[in-house]
Amino acid sequence: MNEIVNPIITLLPPLLVLPLIFYYGEANRNFREGVIIAAGVFLFIANVMIYRDVMAGAMPVSGEIHLLAGYSLKLSAEPMGVMFGLLASFLWVVTTVYSIGYMRDHDEPFQTRFYACFAIALAAVMGAAYADNLLTLFVAYEVLTLSTYPLVTHSGTDKAKRAGRVYLGILMCSSIGLLLPAIIWVASLAGTLDFVPGGVIADSGIGRTGIAVLLALFAFGIGKAALMPLHRWLPAAMVAPTPVSALLHAVAVVKTGVFAMLKIVTYTIGIDTVSASGAAQWLLPVAAFTIIASSCVAFTKDNLKARLAYSTVSQLSYIVMAALLATTMSVTGGAMHIIMHAFGKITLFFCAGAILVTAHKENISEMDGLGRRMPITFAAFAIAAIGIIGLPPLGGVWSKLMIAGGAMDINVFWALVLMVSTLLNIAYLLPIPIRAFFSPDPGVAPGQPSPRQETSAPMRWSLMLTAAISLVLFFYPAPLVELLALVQWR
Amino acid sequence: MSELSVSTAGQIPALQIIVPMLAAPLCVLVRNARASWLIALAASGVSTVTAWLLVLHVGEHEPIRYALGGWLPPTGIEYYIDTLNATMLLLVSGISTVALVYARESIASSISSDRQYLFYTSWLLCITGLMGIAITGDAFNVFVFLEISSIATYSLIAFGKDRQALIASFRYVVMGSVGASFILLGIGFLYAATGTLNMVDLAARIPVTESPRAVLVAFSFLTIGLMIKAAIFPLHAWLADAYHRAPIAATAFLAGTATKVSLYVLMRFFYSMFGVDYSFGSLFLNWVLLPAAVGGFVIMSLVAVFQTDLRRMLAFSSVAQIGYIVAGIALATQAGLTAGIVHIVNHGVIKAALFMAVGCILLRAGHVHRPSLDSLYRRMPFTCTAFLLAGFGLVGIPLTAGFVSKFQLIQALLERGLWPIVVLVLASSLLAVVYVGRVIEIMLFREGRSSEGAASGGVEHGHSTGIHEAPLTMLVPMYALLALMFWIGINGEVTLDLAGEAARQLLEGMRVLTPGGVS
Repeated sequence: MNEIVNPIITLLPPLLVLPLIFYYGEANRNFREGVIIAAGVFLFIANVMIYRDVMAGAMPVSGEIHLLAGYSLKLSAEPMGVMFGLLASFLWVVTTVYSIGYMRDHDEPFQTRFYACFAIALAAVMGAAYADNLLTLFVAYEVLTLSTYPLVTHSGTDKAKRAGRVYLGILMCSSIGLLLPAIIWVASLAGTLDFVPGGVIADSGIGRTGIAVLLALFAFGIGKAALMPLHRWLPAAMVAPTPVSALLHAVAVVKTGVFAMLKIVTYTIGIDTVSASGAAQWLLPVAAFTIIASSCVAFTKDNLKARLAYSTVSQLSYIVMAALLATTMSVTGGAMHIIMHAFGKITLFFCAGAILVTAHKENISEMDGLGRRMPITFAAFAIAAIGIIGLPPLGGVWSKLMIAGGAMDINVFWALVLMVSTLLNIAYLLPIPIRAFFSPDPGVAPGQPSPRQETSAPMRWSLMLTAAISLVLFFYPAPLVELLALVQWR
Repeated sequence: MSELSVSTAGQIPALQIIVPMLAAPLCVLVRNARASWLIALAASGVSTVTAWLLVLHVGEHEPIRYALGGWLPPTGIEYYIDTLNATMLLLVSGISTVALVYARESIASSISSDRQYLFYTSWLLCITGLMGIAITGDAFNVFVFLEISSIATYSLIAFGKDRQALIASFRYVVMGSVGASFILLGIGFLYAATGTLNMVDLAARIPVTESPRAVLVAFSFLTIGLMIKAAIFPLHAWLADAYHRAPIAATAFLAGTATKVSLYVLMRFFYSMFGVDYSFGSLFLNWVLLPAAVGGFVIMSLVAVFQTDLRRMLAFSSVAQIGYIVAGIALATQAGLTAGIVHIVNHGVIKAALFMAVGCILLRAGHVHRPSLDSLYRRMPFTCTAFLLAGFGLVGIPLTAGFVSKFQLIQALLERGLWPIVVLVLASSLLAVVYVGRVIEIMLFREGRSSEGAASGGVEHGHSTGIHEAPLTMLVPMYALLALMFWIGINGEVTLDLAGEAARQLLEGMRVLTPGGVS
C-alpha cells in the first residue's frame, strides 16, 4: 500500500450507478439490480481500502471545495467514520439482495425511483460518514432527508403522504431551526467548523450555560437521532417498503443522526468540555426518558414494524446517552452500539418484511404458530432480538456493557436506566418468537404439523447472514475495538 | 481581458446603455416578431458581455468614472461604476438574456404575432432603464432612467393575457408614480441643499451642508419612494398583481431584476451619499428597515403558504425574500451588507428559474392552479424537477445558492447579537419548506380520486390530458439558470467575494477621484 485512498471514491459508486438505474429501468430489472449490487460491492471494497489505510496509521483526506468564506466541503477518514462507512456499504449490498426478493414478491410500483433514491441516500450516508467538518456533515444530512422522502411516500396513498409530511416536517424543522443555527454559532465562536480532537470551542469563552444551550441545540437539532419529543417521524416512516425501514430507518438514516451526535461531542465540543461544564446533566434525563418511555410505547404496539420502530427510538437514545456521558468508554461503546444494533435491527426488519410478503401478516397477535411455518425467519428473529436486548452470546452485550461502564463513572442511576430498559426489551421482543413457535397454529388442526411456508431465497439468505453476523460479533469484536482505539479523544 | 486598458474600458460604459437603447426603436422599425426577438436577444447579449468586461475591470482597478459625451461633471452626466453596480449590470443583462431565450415560445403562445415586436421593444427599454439606474453617477439621471424602466414595465405587464393585466398594470402605474414622485422630490431637496446632482459631489457635500433640514426631508422622501419601488413590506401591494398578470417571461425577468435595482439605489443613496453614520447613526434608518424586513419575510411567507396560484405564491415569496435582503442591508455592517448583496444575486437567479418553471407549466397545462396540478411530475418531469431544485434554493438547502446567502445573513445577525431575528429568519425558511413542499407533493402524487384509473395505467384523467414536456427552448435557459444556481451555491466564495468587495466599497463611501475615461 503505497497510495492512500481518497475518501471521495466512496461517493462514486452510488452516484455513478444512477444513470444506469434509469437506463435499465423497469424493462431490464435484472441488469438494474445487478449493477446496484456491483456498485455496492465496489463501495464496500473502497471502504475496506480506507479501513486498511486508517489501520496503518494514515489519514486519508480529499480535496476541498470552498462553499463559504473559510468553510469548505471536504472528506476525511477517521475511525468512527470508517466504521460507519463499512457498516452502511456492507448492509447496502445485503439490503439490495433482500429488496430483489421483497419488491418483486410484493409487486411494488415505481421500483426504478425506489432504487435511485436509495442510491442517492447511500451517497449521502457516505458523505456524512467521511465528513471532515460540520458543514459537510450538514450538507450530507439534508441530502439524506430529502432523498429518503420519496421512499417514505413510496406508495402514494394518503397515509403515506401524511407520513411524508410528518417525516419532512420534523426533520427539516429541527435541522433548519436548531441544527443550522448551532452550526453557525460554532462558526462564529470558533471561526472554524473542522472536526478537531478535543473540540474547537473550549477556549472561545462561551461559558457553561452557553455550552448547555449549544449541546441542546445539537441534541434536538439532529432530529434523526429521534430524541423525544422529536421521534414521531420514525414510526411515521414505517409506511415505507420494508427494505427502506430495514436499511434506512434502522441503520443508515437514524445512525447518521447518532453518528453526528458522537462526532460533535468528540470533535466539535470535546468530551472534556462536555463533562467539565456539566452541560449534559439537563439532557441525560431526556435521553433516559426516551429510552424508558419508548420501550413502554413499544409494548402497546401490535403492529410489528411499529413495535420495532419504537424499539429503535429507544436504542438510539442509548447512543445519545453514551455521547452525553462523554467518557472515552461510553463514546466508544456508543460507536460500537451503532454496529451491534444495526445488525440486530436490520435482521428484525428483514424478518418483518419476510412475514409480510410470505404470510401477509403485520400484527403480532396474528402470528400464533407462524414460527413452525417459517422456522428460519423466526429463528433469525429470536437471535437478533437477543442481540438487541444485549445478552450473550450476541454482539449487543459488548456495546451495552461499555455504555453502562461509562455510566458507572458518572452516575449509577444512568446504568440502572439501561438495566431497566434491558428488562423491558425482553418483555416486548421475546414474546414474539415464543408466540410464533409455541402457540397453536390457528390454520391447522391440533396435533397436525404446520406446512412449511418459508420465504423466498434472496430474503431468506439476507436475514440469515445478518443474524449470523450479530452472533459472530460476540466472539470476534476485535477489529472493531482496534479501530475505535485509534480515535483521538484530546 | 484582464489587461483591459483604460482607453478601451473607457467606452464600454456608454455601450452598456446605448446598445439596448438604440435596439429598441429598431424593433419598432422592423415590426416583425421573430426579427425583433433576435434584435432584443442580440442587444441583451452584447450588454451581458460588456457588463462582464466591466466586472472584470473594476475587480482589478479603481471604480470607473466616465464622463458621458466628454462633458465633465458637474456640467455633464457621469457614470460611476464600482463592484456593486458592475455586479448589478451583469445580473440585469444576464437574466434578461436568459429570459429572452426562454421568452420566444412562451410569448408566441400568449401575444398575437403582430404585437410581439412591441413587447420586445418594451423589454429593451426596460433593461435600458434598469441598467441606466445601475450605471449612472448622477442622482437626477437615476430618476430619468427610473421613469424609463417604470413606463416600460407598465407596458410589459399590460401585455398579460387576460384583461386583469390592465388593472394590475394600472395599479402599478399609480403606486409606481407615487414612488417615483417621492424620489424626485427627494432628489430635488438634495439639490436645493447642496447645489449638485453628481453622486460623488453629493457624498462630499451632504455632511457639510448648511441646510440640514432639507437633507432630512430629502432623506425621508427617498426612503418612502425607494421602499415602494423595491416592494419592501408594507409598501409591496403592487407587486403580487403585477407578477401574477404579466406575461410569465416578463415576470421571470422582472422578479430577478426590477426590485433588485431599486434596492441598489437604496444602498447607493443611504450608504454612498448620505453615509453610514448619518443614515444609521443619526437617523436610525435600521429602525425603519429592520422591522419592515422582518415583517416582510415572516408575514409574506405566511401569506405565500395560502396562495393557490403559483404565480401569486412566488410573488409573495419574492416580497419575503426582499425582506432578507433588506435585513442584511439594515445591519450596516460588512457582513450584513455582504449578505444583502449576495442575496440580491442569488435570489435573482433562483426566482427567475422558478417563474420559468411556472411558465412552462402554464404553457402546457394552461393554468397554474396548485390543487389541479396533481401528478404533473409524470407528464413534465424536467419542468417539475427544475421547480423542485429551484425550490430547494428558495428554502436554502445546502449546495444551492440560497444556502450561501442564508448562512451569511444568519452569521451577520449573530455578529450583532440579534438572536430573535435569527429565529424569525429560520421560521420563515420553514414556511418556505411548507409552500414549496405543498406544490411538490401535489406534483408528485395523485389525488385520491384519480388513483384507480392511473394505477392500471390506462385511463388519463380530466384536465391534465395531453399535457407533455415543455419545449427545449424553454427548458435549456431554465436549466442554465439552475446550473448557475448550483455553481454559485457550491463555490459560494465566488459571489461572496464579489459582494464582500462591494460592501467594503459602500461602507467606505464614494472615492473622490479625477474623472477618467475621456478619450
